[in-house]
Amino acid sequence: MSAPAVLAGLLDFRRLDLLATGESALHRLDARAKVIVTLVFVVCVMSFGRYSVAALLPFFVFPIAITGGARLPATLIWRKIVLVLPIALVIGLPNPLFDREPLLEVGGIGVSGGWVSMLSIMLRAMLAAAASIVLVAVTGFPAICGALERIGMPRPLAVQLLFLYRYLAVLGEDAARMVTAHELRSGGRPMSIRLYGALLGRLLLRTWDRAERIYLAMCARGFTGEFRSGGSSRFGWPEIAYVAGWCGLFLLLRTHDVTHWLGAATLGALQ
Amino acid sequence: MHMADALLSPAVGGAMCAVAAVTIAHCSRRIRNEADDRRVPLMGVLGAFLFAAQMINFAIPGTGSSGHLGGGLLLAILLGPHAAFLVVASVLIVQALFFADGGLLALGCNIFNLGFFPAFVGYPLYRWLAGTSPGSARATAAAMIAAVLSLQLGALAVVLETVASGISALPFKTFTLFMLPIHVAIGIVEGLVTAAVVAFVRRSRPGILPAAVSSGSSIAGTAMTFLAVALVLGGVGSWFASKSPDGLEWSVAQAAGAAAPGPQRTTVHVTLDRVQQEIAVLPDYGFRHEGAAAAQPQTVPHAGLENAGKARVGTSVAGMVGGAMSLVFALLIGFALKTRPGRR
Repeated sequence: MSAPAVLAGLLDFRRLDLLATGESALHRLDARAKVIVTLVFVVCVMSFGRYSVAALLPFFVFPIAITGGARLPATLIWRKIVLVLPIALVIGLPNPLFDREPLLEVGGIGVSGGWVSMLSIMLRAMLAAAASIVLVAVTGFPAICGALERIGMPRPLAVQLLFLYRYLAVLGEDAARMVTAHELRSGGRPMSIRLYGALLGRLLLRTWDRAERIYLAMCARGFTGEFRSGGSSRFGWPEIAYVAGWCGLFLLLRTHDVTHWLGAATLGALQ
Repeated sequence: MHMADALLSPAVGGAMCAVAAVTIAHCSRRIRNEADDRRVPLMGVLGAFLFAAQMINFAIPGTGSSGHLGGGLLLAILLGPHAAFLVVASVLIVQALFFADGGLLALGCNIFNLGFFPAFVGYPLYRWLAGTSPGSARATAAAMIAAVLSLQLGALAVVLETVASGISALPFKTFTLFMLPIHVAIGIVEGLVTAAVVAFVRRSRPGILPAAVSSGSSIAGTAMTFLAVALVLGGVGSWFASKSPDGLEWSVAQAAGAAAPGPQRTTVHVTLDRVQQEIAVLPDYGFRHEGAAAAQPQTVPHAGLENAGKARVGTSVAGMVGGAMSLVFALLIGFALKTRPGRR
């Protein structure tokens, strides 16, 4: 990654992070409700068989409704989702090669199972990406950690996640500066393993010193090994309604073929 | 080498999440019992370090591709296995949430594949091979062997998780034959980089390393763990991403390119398919099933068969129209929610 690419990655991270400062009703919901709904969503989507395509499409209503309801910038969310498509394409590509039995007929042309399942993999990848990105955008990372801890995640991991989150950008910028320095001095030659090792070692020592300073500063402020979060929100009726509503819809979409019903109804109305 | 949600069934994903959760709970208990406050910020910042380190790439000699550090083994050498496992887990959680790397259901797989093996198999092996005050050649060799072993187990785990899920059509043998050799190469590079960083730290700040090493696991215990886990699943991966394809993606692409044509279906797939057909509430409407196609000529008269064919085309058209309609509805709902009168 070149230095601008590193910085662009960090910028993307920050933009997504900042979305969580929004002030919609969805933002104000208890984070546990949003985490639970997201997990149910992912499990429902991934439980479809390998040739499911049409039945997956109605599930896009979840990320789209949250994006609209929380007034998130649709283009940013969409761009982050589309980013996973190249990887999904690569992991889906073997399917058409290995699975050549004709499965589906479109206008008299047979389509092999592999193409269908590849399409399914790409839709799954998009839905999975949409789920986590929308969750972060509407909840915020610290709140997700708090929710996970209240659901049962061990405290050391919660503390670890919060520390990581706080220092990600700081060390990312350190790394970007190192890459810039290397690019300026090397004339664009790629980095050797030996140099990479020395550079990482240097970054590591700097990180270590920073940890010492952070520790002393936190001790001076009464740090006892854990973070104290501000007020804790409660799981009230809005949260119950939110969880019940979405989970009900997901189960309905999972057990009843709404897509097929919708298509048949539309075709019937046209005739 | 991230495992992806899109290739995973809920049963496999859920099982691996449970395994990861148990390991996290165990490591957390160990960390809490050690009660070393100083280590808390150190672990956090080292997680950020790992993140930053993965943004810097180096050239892999002779391949034209580039790679970066996986880091599980390095963290275990610096922090000990339990803390290293938690740090790797935290990095993966952040990657899944902010960068949609892998996904939420695949988190268990990824934490296990990339965190468990370097910390609890690779690291004890490294300690055993490298001894107490290793020379540079011995340390490098130890790091390389430990990294290669961890990566082999990780690659194997990805293959097993993929095949057991049955979403990808890749046959087990083809996938394995491409994953394992590639991850030998990745492991050698990972070992070299790990050894280079450790050597650098040892030269410039020797005080850091010994402070970190209470391993707490004997080689016999390690062998048992290794055996148990080798039977189940395994792995660590180098997160070989960046401009050039990731190790996993590369090997999938290669396996696909060199694939023998024609359907190859393992018994696992057939069994899983059958299970899927039976538990699915609506088994693949609009699709032509092998069994159905074979059974029909005897039971259905000719005209009936043609009608059945038309009906199938009809259902798939209905599926497509319905899919388009549901997307339109979803967008309308999103739009309506966005433009509704503001209420604060």
